[in-house]
Amino acid sequence: MPKLYDLAHSRAGDKGNTSILSLIAYRAEDYPLLVERVTEAAVARHLAGIVQGAIKRYELPELGALQFVCEAALAGGVTTSLALDAHGKALSSALLEMEI
Amino acid sequence: MREPLRLGCGAGFAGDRLDAPIHLAEYGKLDWLVLECLAERTIALAQLRKRKDPDAGYDARLERRIEPLLPLLKRNGTRLVSNLGAANPLAAADAIVAIARRMKIPVKVAAVTGDDVLDRIDPDALSMEGGVPLASYGALVSANAYLGAEALLPAMASGADIVVTGRVADPSLFVAPIAHHYRWPLDDYDRLARATAVGHLLECAGQLCGGYFADPGRKEVPDMAHLGFPFADVDAEGAATFSKVAGTGGSITLATVKEQLLYEVTDPHAYLTPDVVADFSRVALRPLGPDRIAVGGARGAGRPAQLKVSVGYVAGYVGEGEIGYAGSNAEARARLAADIVHERLSERFSELRIDLIGATSLHGRSFEASAHPYEVRLRIAARAATADAAALVGEEVEALYTNGPAGGGGARRYVHEQIGIVSTLIDRARVSTAVTIREWAPHAETV
Repeated sequence: MPKLYDLAHSRAGDKGNTSILSLIAYRAEDYPLLVERVTEAAVARHLAGIVQGAIKRYELPELGALQFVCEAALAGGVTTSLALDAHGKALSSALLEMEI
Repeated sequence: MREPLRLGCGAGFAGDRLDAPIHLAEYGKLDWLVLECLAERTIALAQLRKRKDPDAGYDARLERRIEPLLPLLKRNGTRLVSNLGAANPLAAADAIVAIARRMKIPVKVAAVTGDDVLDRIDPDALSMEGGVPLASYGALVSANAYLGAEALLPAMASGADIVVTGRVADPSLFVAPIAHHYRWPLDDYDRLARATAVGHLLECAGQLCGGYFADPGRKEVPDMAHLGFPFADVDAEGAATFSKVAGTGGSITLATVKEQLLYEVTDPHAYLTPDVVADFSRVALRPLGPDRIAVGGARGAGRPAQLKVSVGYVAGYVGEGEIGYAGSNAEARARLAADIVHERLSERFSELRIDLIGATSLHGRSFEASAHPYEVRLRIAARAATADAAALVGEEVEALYTNGPAGGGGARRYVHEQIGIVSTLIDRARVSTAVTIREWAPHAETV
């Protein structure tokens, strides 16, 4: 089963307790597959236990990219979290582990 | 009017490299060099330093940053804008003038103030994150409004060689010199949106050039030890070409530009800054050659009515302890160690964070591998009201040496003061900004 890692790259950003995950297809022809398979619900399932809040997906066909805005994903927020990766920087790698 | 205007970014955060901006200022043929040096918490920590010393509170590495740059900026006719004034832009301006005097380089510095709104925010105002009053989080130590290009334009117009600010929206550090140069009206929202895209792409410096991008075998980036920092040539319409100094490490590709364009954007259709509501969804990228990408197509629609304010509060102390275990059954011994400390401390702390580094420290058990790692490092962290109470965590972990499972090694303990950050909004009319000039020239010494 191929992983997202094989088709796309990602960078995680943070605002407060929200994690923002880009998902960018290496090849434009793979973008429709990402749109079809990497839905809000699929990402919510994949990141269950990490993302506690709602997930909103934005489609960016001109960039061949999706953007996932994940609420309540950073253990309370960057500045007061007890987590080692308070910014959730490594969540990009977690997203790319998703099998599609 | 000279066109295009070239802006480079020489720092993407307070801890960024000091050598890259020197190379960029020397060889980049820049009109403007921008240093973005403020993370969310940086200014609150600077405010605490300023309380202890009224002349402190600016970037602790200001001298190390500015001293090597000053002669290069002067020689190449490059102007500098930076938020390294942090909690004290006036003291930062004085510190820069002192460097100039020591080096006998004439300089005119403009300090932009007015972002500090601690005396005029309403403690009962609700936070954007939690919807509860700001005062309920703890003692407030700082409140800084995100200023926009509007506040910086008088400093640009003063002809200052160096403009220092406190809190400014990161892209606005770039929008201001562009809008000043081309004399754009501040309601020309499409152009401001394009300049905002330029600022957003440059503001993390090395991240546009393959920094924070590389993945061996998959996303190769050459010569990262000498990663170059980016610059943009911006035309009068706000369209831009991004590149870096030839011979530097890293690479600028469609992929690196896309990652940075979407970085930290909570709504690609409405990226909010004090200057504009920018739509990045139809930004067009065009490769022009090696490490050269043209970017255009951002659109603007008005600007937010209010300014965002970043509020810092005292959040107590965090105590941490770590110890490592190796070999067969390492993970079980680390878990036993965690159980021991948990039993001894759980009544004193409302929340004990337990991480097994090498297995569960980043994403809990969501992706825990079935293979057991050779070594596991236990980390325990908890929050407390005082430093002494927080220190208990590390003390208990260290005590595992003679009281815990077999073979624990490399114990370390830490205590950090914690500053929390929440946000609120403030009416523009309640924020009044000012520009103060500080300068030095040889003749002034003889007066």
